[in-house]
Amino acid sequence: MLTIALLGVVILGIAGYVIARQRAVAVSAGETAALHSRPGYHGLYALTVTILVGIGVFIVASAVGSWYLGSSMRSALTDLDPTISGMQADRVLQDARALATGGVTSAVDALREELSGVFSGVNATRLWGITILTLGGSIAALLFALRTITTEFRARNKSETIFRTILWSTAAVAIVTTVMIFIALIGETLNFFTGVLDWRIDKFLFGLTWSPLSGVHTGEMSPDKVGAVPLFVGTLMITVIAMLVAIPIGLFAAIYLSEFASGHVRAWAKPMLEILAGIPTVVYGFFAATTVAPFMVGMGESLGISVEAESALAAGIVMGIMIIPFISSLSDDVINAVPQSLRDGSYGLGATRAETIMKVVLPAALPGIVSASLLGISRAVGETMIVVMAVGQSANLTFNPLDKVTTVTVQITMLILGDTEAETAAGPAYTLGFALFAATLSLNIVALRIVRKYRQKYD
Amino acid sequence: MTDTTTQPAFDMAKLSAKHTSQESEARIKRRHWAEFRLKAYGILAILFAAVALVILVYTIVAKTLTVTNEYYLSLNVPIELTDRQSAALTDDNPNTNANLENLIYQAIGEQLEAPHRGRSARPLKALVSTYEGFSLGEIVGANPDLIGGDYHFEALLDDNLQLYMKGDFGRLRDAGSAGPITISAGESEDQVVISAASNAFGNSRIAMREDRAAEGRALRRSARDQERAFNETQDTLDDTTDPEERDRLEKLLDGFGQQRDQIFARADAALTEATDQRNNFTLRTDDPSVFIRANGGWIKITEMEPERLIGTVMNPLTGLGEVAEGKWSGLLMTSPEAERKISDRQLLWMEDLKREDRIVTHFNQRVLFSSDSAQAELAGIWGALIGSFWTMMVTFAIVFPIGVMASIYLEEFAPKNRLTDFIEVNINNLAAVPSIVFGLLGLTILLSGVKLFGIELFDGLLKAFAEDPRSTPLAGGVVLALMSLPTIIIASRASIKAVPPSIRDAALGLGASKLQTSTHHVLPLAMPGILTGSIIAMAQALGETAPLIIIGMNSFIQDPPGGPLDKGNVLPSLIYLWNNNSERLFDGKTAVAISVLLIFLILMNALAVVLRKRFERRW
Amino acid sequence: MLDSGATSTDYKITASKVNVHYGDAHAIKDVDVNIESNAVTAFIGPSGCGKSTFLRCLNRMNDTIDICRVSGEILLDDLDIYQKKVDPVNLRARVGMVFQKPNPFPKSIYDNVAYGPRIHGLAKDKAELDQIVEQSLRRAALWNEAKDRLDQPGTGLSGGQQQRLCIARAVATAPEVLLMDEPCSALDPIATALVEELIDELRASYSVVIVTHSMQQAARVSQKTAFFHLGHLLEFGETSKIFTNPDHEKTQQYITGRFG
Repeated sequence: MLTIALLGVVILGIAGYVIARQRAVAVSAGETAALHSRPGYHGLYALTVTILVGIGVFIVASAVGSWYLGSSMRSALTDLDPTISGMQADRVLQDARALATGGVTSAVDALREELSGVFSGVNATRLWGITILTLGGSIAALLFALRTITTEFRARNKSETIFRTILWSTAAVAIVTTVMIFIALIGETLNFFTGVLDWRIDKFLFGLTWSPLSGVHTGEMSPDKVGAVPLFVGTLMITVIAMLVAIPIGLFAAIYLSEFASGHVRAWAKPMLEILAGIPTVVYGFFAATTVAPFMVGMGESLGISVEAESALAAGIVMGIMIIPFISSLSDDVINAVPQSLRDGSYGLGATRAETIMKVVLPAALPGIVSASLLGISRAVGETMIVVMAVGQSANLTFNPLDKVTTVTVQITMLILGDTEAETAAGPAYTLGFALFAATLSLNIVALRIVRKYRQKYD
Repeated sequence: MTDTTTQPAFDMAKLSAKHTSQESEARIKRRHWAEFRLKAYGILAILFAAVALVILVYTIVAKTLTVTNEYYLSLNVPIELTDRQSAALTDDNPNTNANLENLIYQAIGEQLEAPHRGRSARPLKALVSTYEGFSLGEIVGANPDLIGGDYHFEALLDDNLQLYMKGDFGRLRDAGSAGPITISAGESEDQVVISAASNAFGNSRIAMREDRAAEGRALRRSARDQERAFNETQDTLDDTTDPEERDRLEKLLDGFGQQRDQIFARADAALTEATDQRNNFTLRTDDPSVFIRANGGWIKITEMEPERLIGTVMNPLTGLGEVAEGKWSGLLMTSPEAERKISDRQLLWMEDLKREDRIVTHFNQRVLFSSDSAQAELAGIWGALIGSFWTMMVTFAIVFPIGVMASIYLEEFAPKNRLTDFIEVNINNLAAVPSIVFGLLGLTILLSGVKLFGIELFDGLLKAFAEDPRSTPLAGGVVLALMSLPTIIIASRASIKAVPPSIRDAALGLGASKLQTSTHHVLPLAMPGILTGSIIAMAQALGETAPLIIIGMNSFIQDPPGGPLDKGNVLPSLIYLWNNNSERLFDGKTAVAISVLLIFLILMNALAVVLRKRFERRW
Repeated sequence: MLDSGATSTDYKITASKVNVHYGDAHAIKDVDVNIESNAVTAFIGPSGCGKSTFLRCLNRMNDTIDICRVSGEILLDDLDIYQKKVDPVNLRARVGMVFQKPNPFPKSIYDNVAYGPRIHGLAKDKAELDQIVEQSLRRAALWNEAKDRLDQPGTGLSGGQQQRLCIARAVATAPEVLLMDEPCSALDPIATALVEELIDELRASYSVVIVTHSMQQAARVSQKTAFFHLGHLLEFGETSKIFTNPDHEKTQQYITGRFG
C-alpha cells in the first residue's frame, strides 16, 4: 500500500516533467529562446517539486500515522482491560498486531482477538490516510509548478537552489545518523536507568556482579546484578593484549617499511598488510576459535598451566593481529609526513638511521602515532565478532588473561540474540551500547584533535 | 659578532680529535649494532604479520579442502512401491513428496546382510542422509518407467560417515599382523578365543599402553586437585572452633580423602598396566578398538592376554581353525568408540563397503549451490550468497548517490562555517563508531521503533515497506549503507579534490553554473577515484557481520531470498551461524563459506586496483 | 696551523676525477677540487649545475639516495672517504652540514644543540655537555638570544635564529669541515648578514664550504671560488680573481648576470 503511494509520487513526478516541458514550449510559442530557462529546466523544476513535496508529506503522515496507531491501540487496550500494564501490555499489543497480520503469536485469547480487530480497523485508516495525503500533496505541488511556467520564470535558478538543498541534505545525513544513533540508544538507556536502577547509575558503573537475566523469570531485574565492572575489565584486558601485540609490531613494521626496506620488500610487505586489513572480522573470529584458542590450550597443557579455551589471551592476540595493519598504515603515514629535511639534518650531524628514527622522526611523529593507537584502542573496544566467537559469556571478574572473560560487545550481542523478551533484554543491552558509543566517541574525538593539531604543525 | 663577554675555557677544537679516536670506533660499532637491532625488530614484526597471514590462510584452505568431495553409497535399489508411495508420486500437489527411504534401507540391508527394519536397524539407517528417500522419490516421480525395475542409486552418506571417510576419526591401521593365529570357539555363541604368537598385536599393545599411561597421568592430576582441596579444608578446619562447622568440615575432609585415595589407586593401576610388559588388557569403549579380519568376517577384541585374545564376532566367519600369516589382518583404530560419533559396527560396515567399491566420491557442488540446512551434509552457501547480493544492491543503491552528492556538496559548495565543520566532524566520528552500535541503530530506528519513557515516538521506519522487515536484505542494506557512508564520502572527496581548479575555472568561465560545472566536468573526472573508493567500501560492507546479526540476519533460513524484502542471511552471518554449530562437518563448510567470501573480497579489491591503474591521472 | 707551508697537507679535502650519476643522468663530470683549511670555499653556478650534488658528496649525504652513484677519489686529510671501510656516520661527524632550509628538530633549543655531542659521546658529563652547548651557541652568535629559553622548542625561533641554531648544532658536533648548502636562501637580508658574518668567524677554526646562488655573497665571504656549469667545474681559484678577471668566458657571463 505504502509502496504504491511512493510509486505514485514518482510517476506523478515524471508526468510533471513531461507536461511542464511541453507547457514551457507552448508558453514560448515555439520560440524557446524567449524563455529565461530552457524547457528541460521547467520540467526538472516540476519533477523535483512534485517528488519532494510527495516524499515530505509521506514522511510526516507516516510519523503521525504510527503515533495515531500506537496511541489508539493503547487506549483501546486500557478500555478493554484497565488492569494490564508494563511488559504484559506490550506483549498483548504485539500479539494483537501479529494476529491481524498473520504473524506468530505467543498466545491467543479473546482480548487479543478483539484488539486485533481494532488494529485492522485503525491500521486501514492509517494506510489510506497516508496514501491519500501523499498523493494529494504531490498533485497539488505538480499543479502549482505547472502554474508558475512563464517565459520569465527562472526555472534553472530555482531548480539549482533545490538541488543545492538536496546536496546539503545528503551531507547532513552524517549528522542525522549521529542523532539517530543517539536517539536509538538513549531511550532504552533512560528506561533502564529510571526503571531497574532507579537512578543508581553507580550500581551499573561500579557493580561487581553481572547477571542481568538471572531474576527475569520472576519478572524483576535486580539492580545489584547489573554491575558492568566484570565486562569493563574483560574488555580492557582484551584491548590491552591486542594493543600489546598491535602497537609494537605495527610500529616496528611501519618503521622498517618507511626507513629501511628496499623497494622489493615494500612491494610484497605492503600488499600483505593490506590483505590482513581486508580480512573480515568474522574470519578472524573463526581463526581465533578454531586455531589460536586450541593452540593456546595445548601450549598451556604442555607447560602445565591451565588455559581456558575461551581465554582473553587468544581473542586478544587475534584482535592484535587484526589491528596491526591499521596501526602500521597510520604510523606509516605520519612517519612519511615528517619532512625529509629533518632526517637530512640528523644524517648531516653524523647520526645513524636508527638514531635519526628514534630521536628525531619518532618524537616528531609521536602525536600521530598516539592518535593512531587511540583509534586502534577504539577499534579493539568496539570489536564484536572476534570476541563473540572466541570468548565466552561468563562474566568473571578476573585479571588473569588465561581465564574466561566476557566483553561489553559480547554481552550486547548475547542479550539481543538470546531467548529473553526483547523488551527485557533491551535495557541492559542498550545501556552497554550507550557506554560503548560514549567511550569510542571520546577516544575518536581526542585522536582527531591530536591529528588536527599535528597537521597544522607541518602544513 | 661572537659573544666575547664571557669566553668559557672549554676548547672545542679538542673535541674534533675524538672523532678519530679508538673510543669513537668502539662507540660507532655499538651504534651500528643498535641500528641492526632496530632493523631486526622491523623484520621480525613483518615476519610475524606474514606468518599470521600464512597460518590463517592455511587453516582456511586446509579446512576447505576437507569438504571438496562428498561420499555416496552406491546401491542397486529395486523400485517396488507401496500403494501410498505410488499415490504420493502421482499427486500433483507440490507439497506432497514421496518418501522411498525404505527401499534404500532395504538395499543397504541386503548389501550388508543386516536387519533394515525396526529398532535394530537404526545404525544401518544412520548411514545415509535423512532426506535421501525424498531424492529417490523425485527421481522416480520424474521417470515412472523405473518402477518395477532396479535403479542404480547413489545415496549421500550421513555427515558422521562423511567425516569417517575423510579420516576425521583416524584410520584403521595395522595392529601387528604377525605369525599365524588359531581361532577357536569361546564360552558363548558370539565369543571366540584366538591364540597368537607373542609378537602379534604389538602395535595395538603399544597403543593400549600409551592410552593407559595418558589415563594414569590424567588421573594423577585430578587426584592432586583432590589433594589440594583436602589440604585447604584441613587448614580451614584447623582454624575453625565452631563445633558444628568443624563437624561439617570433617565430613567434607573425609569425602576428599576417600576420593583422593580412590583416584590415586586408579591412577596407579592404569600406570602399572601401562608399564608392565606382560599384562592383560580388558578393552573398554573408551579404549582404542582392535579388530581381526579373518575367514571373511570381523572379530572385535575384548580382552588381550600376552598370547591369547578373546573377541566378539561382529560379522560371521566362514569357519574357525588356524589361519596362516597374511591370510588375516589385525587392525587398530586409535580413537575409542566412546569418543567418535560412529560405532564399531558402522565402522566395519564402512570398511566392507569400501572393500566392495560401494563408496563413491563426487566433487562437492552441494556446498556451493544449495542453501542452509539443519543436516550438515546437505547444507550449502547459496542462500547466503544471494542474501549478500541483495544486501549489497540495497547498500550500493543508497550509499553511492548519497555519498557522491554529499562529497560534491562538501568539496564544491559548502561554505566555510560551523555547520560544515560539524558535518565533517560527524563524518570522521561515524567512521570510527563500532559496527555493533550501527546494529542497535538499525534494530531500533528501522525495525522496532523508538520509545522514550514508554511513549512511542515513531515506529520502525522500514515497516513502511515491509510488514516484518527483520532479517531482510533491505534492513541489512540500509544499516550497511549508513556504516559505509563515511568511507565513501572520504574517498570521493579526496578524488574530487584531486581535480585541478583550472578545469572548474574553465567551465565557469564559459558561463556554466556551479552545479553544471560540478556535474558536467568535475564529477566525470573524479568518477574513477569515486568508484574505486566505493568498491573498497562495498568490500568492507560485504564482510561486515556484527550489525547484521543484531538485526536478525543470523536466522536459520532455508530458501534463498527472492528479493530485498524476503528474509535471508548473508555470507558472514552464515559463517557465524555455522561456526556455532557443533556438527563437525560444518567446520569444513564454514571454511568454504569463508573461502568464497574471501574470493569475492579479493576480486573486488583487484577490480579497484585495476580501475585505479587504468584511470589514474596525474594532474 | 695557520703558518704551515703551502704543501699538500694544507688541503683539507682533495677531490679528483669525481663523477656522480643519478640513475642514467650524469650529474657531475670529472671534477677536481682542493679545499683549503681555515678558508671559505664557495661553489657557485646556475641552478642544476651540480654544485649542491658535489657538496653532498663531501660528506656522503648522497648515500641516502638509492639511485646515486659516486666514482673518483675524495680525500679528507689522507683518508679516501669512499673507501669501503670508511663509515659515513663517522665521516659526517667530521664533516658537518648546514642545509638550505633551517631544519631544527622539534625539540628544545638545548636538545637540538646537544644532539650531536650526545650521539657521538663527546661529553663526559652533564657539565661538559652544558659547556659544549654554550660554546656552540656562542659560536653561532645565538647565546644571548637563547640563553634564557634553552628549554623552549627550537621551532619557535625566527627563521634567521633557526638557521643559526642549525649552525650551532653543526658546530657542537665538533666537525673539521663545515658544509653549507645555500644557508641564507631562506633568510631575509638582515639575517643573511648575521649568518655571513658568522661564516667569516667560523673560518678561524674550520674549513668552510658554502654553496650559494648569490655571487655577492660568494664575493663577500669566500677566499676561494669554484664555478660549476652543467656538471663541469669550469673554473676554480682565488675569489678575487674569479670575480674580477675570470679565465673562462662562461664564468664571465655568469658573474655579469648574462645567464643563470
